[in-house]
Amino acid sequence: MTLEPSPVDTADLTRLHARLTAAAADADLLDVAYRIVDTPVGPLLLAATPAGLVRVAYAVENHDAVLDRLAADLSPRILAAPARLDTAARQLDEYFRGTRTTFDLPLDLSLARGFRREVITHLPGYGRTASYAEVAAVAGSPRAVRAVGTACARNPLPVVLPCHRVVRGDGDLGRYVGGVEAKRALLRLETAA
Amino acid sequence: MPSRDPLPPFERVVAEHGGTVLRVCRALLGPVDADDAWSETFLAALRAYPALRPGSNVEAWLVTIAHRKAVDVHRSRARTPVPVAVLPERPAEVGIPAPDDDLWSAVAALPFTQRAAVVYHHVVGLPYAEIATILGNSTDAARRAAADGRAALRRRYPTEEPS
Repeated sequence: MTLEPSPVDTADLTRLHARLTAAAADADLLDVAYRIVDTPVGPLLLAATPAGLVRVAYAVENHDAVLDRLAADLSPRILAAPARLDTAARQLDEYFRGTRTTFDLPLDLSLARGFRREVITHLPGYGRTASYAEVAAVAGSPRAVRAVGTACARNPLPVVLPCHRVVRGDGDLGRYVGGVEAKRALLRLETAA
Repeated sequence: MPSRDPLPPFERVVAEHGGTVLRVCRALLGPVDADDAWSETFLAALRAYPALRPGSNVEAWLVTIAHRKAVDVHRSRARTPVPVAVLPERPAEVGIPAPDDDLWSAVAALPFTQRAAVVYHHVVGLPYAEIATILGNSTDAARRAAADGRAALRRRYPTEEPS
């Protein structure tokens, strides 16, 4: 007996998926919603909990691996739900077009604790830069220069929390979670505006 | 908390198994009720997902949930028959859209347990032991239900080659 199942239309599954994400949100079962947006620094993964934006990830971080970590660290109830990230996507678009200098989004900082959270919430303003040592001082631990580097490397919300504005004291750009090219592009964008 | 392998994001479960579950729902219930059954299946699965033991057969787990939803729909249909002007020759759940309409109509006309056994074995590819767990019977009974279903399909659909 050969029972070839009727082919399932992709459009049907897309429609059902949208219905599922809406029902999941209504039932408080959508613990992490995500979408991927195209930007001048490549595709960015945006993920949000009901509390706010929880993760921004560059392609170089491997989006699948990032989602695996979110499943382990936060909840495996993760669905692609683009509409729930409309505001974040719009603000990022405005930022990359040079018409937005600060983000006005609810943030969920649960992936950064302690000193790392102090660092990523004490970063320089738009168009400015600071050295790792200066950020260490502002974050309240002037001797913790290396820890500032680690905090930036593990920033769960790059671009939105601007670790790209932290550079080395000798003027070198230093490292960046999205790659040094992305760091240069963001700094150029901010000085051109 | 005991340490264990983390579960993959639920999105991956939907992407991997959404199509199979929709085929199962359509084969068991027809196109009209299939969408609701699919949605209810995945919402129930999402709710239970964090407690799923890593390494479980996710497809069999989803089919088990879909089966329960289909049984519910089947029972509620039996309780509240929809009034129609002209009585259909076969039960109302006939009418699965497929390139091979005759065969699928024949599948839809099978008794529910036979239909489920045939679909789970021949469409999903589950072993009879797994199907027995879903149907709540024995491996032999599951195999027999599928065999009876196949025999009925051959009678109604004689052009189909037996495998």
